[in-house]
Amino acid sequence: MSALQLIHVSKTYGRGATEVHALLEIDLTVEPGELVAVMGPSGSGKSTLLTIAGSLEEPSSGLVTVGGMPLSRLSRSEQAALRRRSIGYVFQDFNLLAGLTAVENVSLPLDLDGVAARTARAAALAALDRLGLAGRADRFPDQLSGGERQRVAIARAVVGERHLLLADEPSGALDSVNGEAVMRLVRDTCQGGVAGVVVTHDAQLASWADRVIFLRDGRIVDQTARVQGPESLLDADPAR
Amino acid sequence: MSVRHALLALLSEGPKYGLQLRQEFEARTGDVWPLNVGQVYTTLQRLERDGLIRSDGEGEVGPQKSFRLTAAGGVELDGWLRTPPDLSSPPRDELVIKVLVASGVPGVDVHDVVQTHRRHIVQLMQEWTRLKRDSSADELSLALVVDAELFRLDSVIRWLDAADARLRRAASTRAPSAAPNDSVAASQLASGAPDPTVARETEISR
Repeated sequence: MSALQLIHVSKTYGRGATEVHALLEIDLTVEPGELVAVMGPSGSGKSTLLTIAGSLEEPSSGLVTVGGMPLSRLSRSEQAALRRRSIGYVFQDFNLLAGLTAVENVSLPLDLDGVAARTARAAALAALDRLGLAGRADRFPDQLSGGERQRVAIARAVVGERHLLLADEPSGALDSVNGEAVMRLVRDTCQGGVAGVVVTHDAQLASWADRVIFLRDGRIVDQTARVQGPESLLDADPAR
Repeated sequence: MSVRHALLALLSEGPKYGLQLRQEFEARTGDVWPLNVGQVYTTLQRLERDGLIRSDGEGEVGPQKSFRLTAAGGVELDGWLRTPPDLSSPPRDELVIKVLVASGVPGVDVHDVVQTHRRHIVQLMQEWTRLKRDSSADELSLALVVDAELFRLDSVIRWLDAADARLRRAASTRAPSAAPNDSVAASQLASGAPDPTVARETEISR
């Protein structure tokens, strides 16, 4: 079963003369364990695609399914529960709550979902540990570096039993080494069976994906083939 | 870079003489690549021999002879425009020329050509990244080499993005004056008159 499916999804804002087609007839399927990057210039519809995939916004037409479940069949509260349990979000500006420690930020989705505090904290500590932040669990966001804050955001996005990870420019303003570390974490998370969608204008970030989709004016205009093994590069002319 | 294909591109706009081809080639490439007339005529002879162009009139090639593209030449040009360049060093010049040339060739969507190359380069970057991902942490030299290649390819992508945006902006600012008379727009496109704005920006980007 596909982790995420967008079928003929369109999104229009405004009406008449002010009508803007943010997305047009988008068809996209992401399988469990697959990481898909969406590239495109500003205004191409990348972020809209992500918010619709994550049920933060409804499409004007078309169908969105997460884990085979059509979102349109869910009530608002059921959609909210799906977002807390199954979907993780990573934003460019981290969106950590300044008044909560790292572990409290990470356990928040579980707390909101009614998971017992001790269980939620244990799951959050485990997620932080996987991201190399076990020693930073009780620090507040302003006591962490930019790279550490983004790792906390990723821990929060993958804590519990998430099946879908959605990331909008996840390396934010991090330098290239920290940006690579973030993508390595996203990649590893997907390797464990989570489906990932990353929107970015950065080709280096996109190159961590199995597949890269190119958006323009709300349409998918092109995509890369699935990545082949790197053997061909090693066999290439040494002058390269 | 391919003088052979640049000449085919110029001839796609209509029949031209050898000297005219040389002048237009140099003008279109911002006078960065000077071309001697002997090279032009040698290349034209080879193109004619290969059936990619044909000449009007008999005898030796010279100033009095004009050349035109054959159907096979059109196919060859189209294939070349869409074929990803060999990215061995220095790779960008060929790509720059392809985009510059494609913007003037009738019937070719330059944005389509840009996207073809963008996809190819992102695919290459995916392969390099996978190599880095699969390598162990102590393979520092490999990581450095892969980084160098990724940054080089990334810069090509950035140039393609910028070129794509500039070409779209140039087309949209031209559109209002051209709209009332499509034939004028078409003839401008067919003549391949270089857009001084694009030429200047391209020169700066080098």
